[in-house]
Amino acid sequence: MAKGVKPRVKVPKSAEAGEVITIKTLISHKMESGQRKDSDGNVIPRSIINRFTCDFNGENVIDVTIEPAVSTNPYFEFEAKVPEAGEFKFTWYDDDGSVYEESKSIAIG
Amino acid sequence: MKRIVLKGAALAALLATGALAEEPKLIINGEIELPTRVPAPSHMDAIDEITSGWVYRTKETQALQMDDFDNPGMIFVDVGQELFETAEGDAGKACADCHESAEEFAGLKASMPRVNEEGELESMPDVINECRTERMQADAWKWSGPEMSAMTALISLQSRGMPVDVAIDGAAAPFWEQGKEIYYTRYGQLDLACSNCHENNYDMMIRADHLSQGQTNGFPNYRLKNAKINTVHGRFKGCMKNIRAQPFAEGGDEFKALELYVASRGNGLPVESPSVRN
Repeated sequence: MAKGVKPRVKVPKSAEAGEVITIKTLISHKMESGQRKDSDGNVIPRSIINRFTCDFNGENVIDVTIEPAVSTNPYFEFEAKVPEAGEFKFTWYDDDGSVYEESKSIAIG
Repeated sequence: MKRIVLKGAALAALLATGALAEEPKLIINGEIELPTRVPAPSHMDAIDEITSGWVYRTKETQALQMDDFDNPGMIFVDVGQELFETAEGDAGKACADCHESAEEFAGLKASMPRVNEEGELESMPDVINECRTERMQADAWKWSGPEMSAMTALISLQSRGMPVDVAIDGAAAPFWEQGKEIYYTRYGQLDLACSNCHENNYDMMIRADHLSQGQTNGFPNYRLKNAKINTVHGRFKGCMKNIRAQPFAEGGDEFKALELYVASRGNGLPVESPSVRN
């Protein structure tokens, strides 16, 4: 597990049924591209978050493939329609096999 | 007819509010409104109104500071919180063992730098390092290192919204005079003093950069340029390099005196730390 990784998510606590809400997500991660060299000239191995997904009550909302050009602390903001009360589940997949998860529930009304 | 009435109303509203009222307001999380223009403290002759550096930034940069989730500086505040709870050193203590929470330090940033009991001018990193070396028996942190920046960001955040109020009289007076002297002295190959840009020419463009008054109420701040928290002394150093001068040492007497003087030029402005700048 890479050092200092912390997922953060902002989802409204409640929404009207059928309302489109804005979700903000951010994960602190160094996103080492694999293109850089250290002071001795050796390539610093790539270490990035390569995939991010969001699901609502088991249904996929967004599934992102992330490439090395994405900079440090990747931030995603997107919209989702909330048909019913439930739980948003967020998952980040690290190059080293680590998986970081976060979930937020949302109420109707 | 209706259209004409509407147009008239819009024009009247425009005239009534004027240009200044259209200026964007700094409201954080939709709740905390921080004034960005306040009357200058009485010791300043050349400027009547002091302004936050926030007003000179672009809409996009301003927006980043208006929501704590969007503010990348908050990532470093979280890092600071972790450090606050981590035991280090031979005493086996963390900050949290003595200090219940970082909230204890509300107001500290607004009064820094200050003269301590020994009659020395101290800045926030001095206070943190004194705790680390004496009570935690740990190694001192580097002045502008990642740990120190994160910790000062955490502690400064506790004072957000409080007006800057550094003491410039009594024991602080000689340090303040020294800082003022540095502020108005020209340095480097470009032969520029702080005042040449930040007092005589603020709100002007210096090539592609919009000059601010050089206020420090938002420090430590997050800069988009280097994607990290920057300290006041780090910024002073950057400025001195820009004017092709040999910078003073970070944490040295000269920069601490300058920090006091520059902070006093912002007496009255609310603490914005960690602010977002470019």
